Amino acid sequence: MQIFEFYRKDRWPHVFCPGCGNGTVMNCFYRAFSELDLPLDGTAFVGGIGCSSRIPLYINSDALHTTHGRAIPFATGLKLSKPELKVVVFTGDGDLGAIGGNHFINGCRRNVDMTVICINNNIYGMTGGQASITTPHDFQSTTTPYGNKEYPFDLAEIAVAAGANYVARWTTRHVHELTKSMKSALQKKGFTFVEIVSQCPTNFGRRNKMADPAQMLDWFKASSVKRDKALASAIDHVDLNLAGQITVGEFVDRDRECYEELIGVEKHG
Amino acid sequence: MKTPAGEYFLQGNDACVEGAMTAGLRFFAGYPITPSTEIAEGLAHRLRGKDGVFLQMEDEIACISAVIGASWGGAKAMTATSGPGFSLMQEAIGYAAMSETPVVVVNVMRGGPSTGQPTRASQGDVMQTKWGSHGDYQVIAFAPASVQEMFDLTVDCFNYSEKYRVPAFLLSDAEVGHMRGLLKIPEKIKIVDRKEKGMKRTDEAYDVPDDLVHPFPIFGKGHKAMVTGMTHTDTSKIEPEDVKVHQDLVKRLSEKVLRNRKDINKWELMCPGSKTMIVSYGSAALGGKEVAATDSRVGLLRLKSIWPLPEEPIAEIASQCEQILVCEMNLGQLYPSIKRIALEAGCRKIEFLSKIGGEPPTPGEVRHKLRGMGAI
Repeated sequence: MQIFEFYRKDRWPHVFCPGCGNGTVMNCFYRAFSELDLPLDGTAFVGGIGCSSRIPLYINSDALHTTHGRAIPFATGLKLSKPELKVVVFTGDGDLGAIGGNHFINGCRRNVDMTVICINNNIYGMTGGQASITTPHDFQSTTTPYGNKEYPFDLAEIAVAAGANYVARWTTRHVHELTKSMKSALQKKGFTFVEIVSQCPTNFGRRNKMADPAQMLDWFKASSVKRDKALASAIDHVDLNLAGQITVGEFVDRDRECYEELIGVEKHG
Repeated sequence: MKTPAGEYFLQGNDACVEGAMTAGLRFFAGYPITPSTEIAEGLAHRLRGKDGVFLQMEDEIACISAVIGASWGGAKAMTATSGPGFSLMQEAIGYAAMSETPVVVVNVMRGGPSTGQPTRASQGDVMQTKWGSHGDYQVIAFAPASVQEMFDLTVDCFNYSEKYRVPAFLLSDAEVGHMRGLLKIPEKIKIVDRKEKGMKRTDEAYDVPDDLVHPFPIFGKGHKAMVTGMTHTDTSKIEPEDVKVHQDLVKRLSEKVLRNRKDINKWELMCPGSKTMIVSYGSAALGGKEVAATDSRVGLLRLKSIWPLPEEPIAEIASQCEQILVCEMNLGQLYPSIKRIALEAGCRKIEFLSKIGGEPPTPGEVRHKLRGMGAI
């Protein structure tokens, strides 16, 4: 599939800032999707509210741009009412982990067949750079002018604990690994989750001495540690900061029966 | 699966279950809450395998969100709740209005605010149904007063929701929901399905002009549907900064309901032409109904639909009677609107009987009030 068969060119220009990681994620996703030769018309894209949640609107298929934090319940209803559809959710750290945190946990637990792509830029980018639930400890944002005193959430570890069938985390610096994980997630039945630690130079980097997106990619490269090699002390801390590490890799790959199979909804598709 | 025609003796909430199944319900998402839980329990039995999907979600926000998602998959979808859950659903109800998603929400009202009276009836959510979400929009709401109407008006909720692509509400209460009574299901029941994009059928929904209600693009059929809660053009292009696009869209959302008021509004009229008329709805009308049935000096206008507000029948009775008594189980939610319509129609005396606390006004209480008004 050509790239402009995949994207809605008529909806350009897009809303993303120069240097944003969303473009990298979109490219990786396009590559994974087209290499698997999945049918675009048979796939629906769902987003909540935020920069990353806008991605479904640029893809040339059915798109459901929903309310803040609720993309997973919307996707659950859509998938169960039309089981032959493939459903992909694009979301961000605020949408998925903060306002939609409970839906995320229960989505993993319920294990309805869908792929959730979370672009974690550690900040509320669209509203101008407020601290999010993944902003590293002591980092700057417009709502933490004295440094963030809270500690960040580890979304991928939550997905593992809550029961998702496939969980992986990479950064925008790991395009090959990310593309491969997206392929694995798209092929697997059940709830699959791919988190991408991504750069927001405009609203995160600029306030944290990394205004150049390349600086942020260098930071990702220097901080990333494969999960099996991660420091136990840092895992206890579930922290992500300059002194610490970003645990990356495939976190889990298992085959719990998905909800549709269990309730037999596939049969009436 | 439809309920076979015949006579049944059951609870109001169970009649709602049968009405939903008869209307073609295929997807239900719910969360336990008194006094509506029997609807979820009933549908958990009925929606299985080929018949549809029952889902118990983590909260009411997830319920209404899943229901909207299911509607875009082409299923007739519904949720049922009560006050606190209804409050949680408000943002997504605004989304359903903005994205023009047909969904049905049953609210078996209980006493509020907050946790209030979980097991007792009220009509405290009447204004919330109309104004609960932010922004301007119109909805359709019916107020059943019997087991039979829990069935009939549930079917109507689906029909009108499908026809006008609008969220529709069954505003029941703990009294009607838990009331037991006779349900007669006829052989033939009118069922309306939404106007689908790319289809031509002789269904009622296809008669509504396309510029008022756009054909519905079901997901997965190659329509490349784009659904959003943001201000958008007729071709779903997001234009949040465009004044005219916003005006055209939001005015149309209201117009498609208001212009079709005559099609939607339903009411029962007893003893028209009486000097004193009672105006009421839902279980608050039951006391007045008994009075009107036994006293020729008193008539009753019982509104079966309350949103959009049935202005015409209220104005008509107001122009003919000397005084009006409005009965509600709240501190006055429809009363100011009914009073305005009645004053404009020339009726000079409009009194209000309000009863909160969990039970409808009794015939004795209605008579007492009418005596005070000099009506009987």
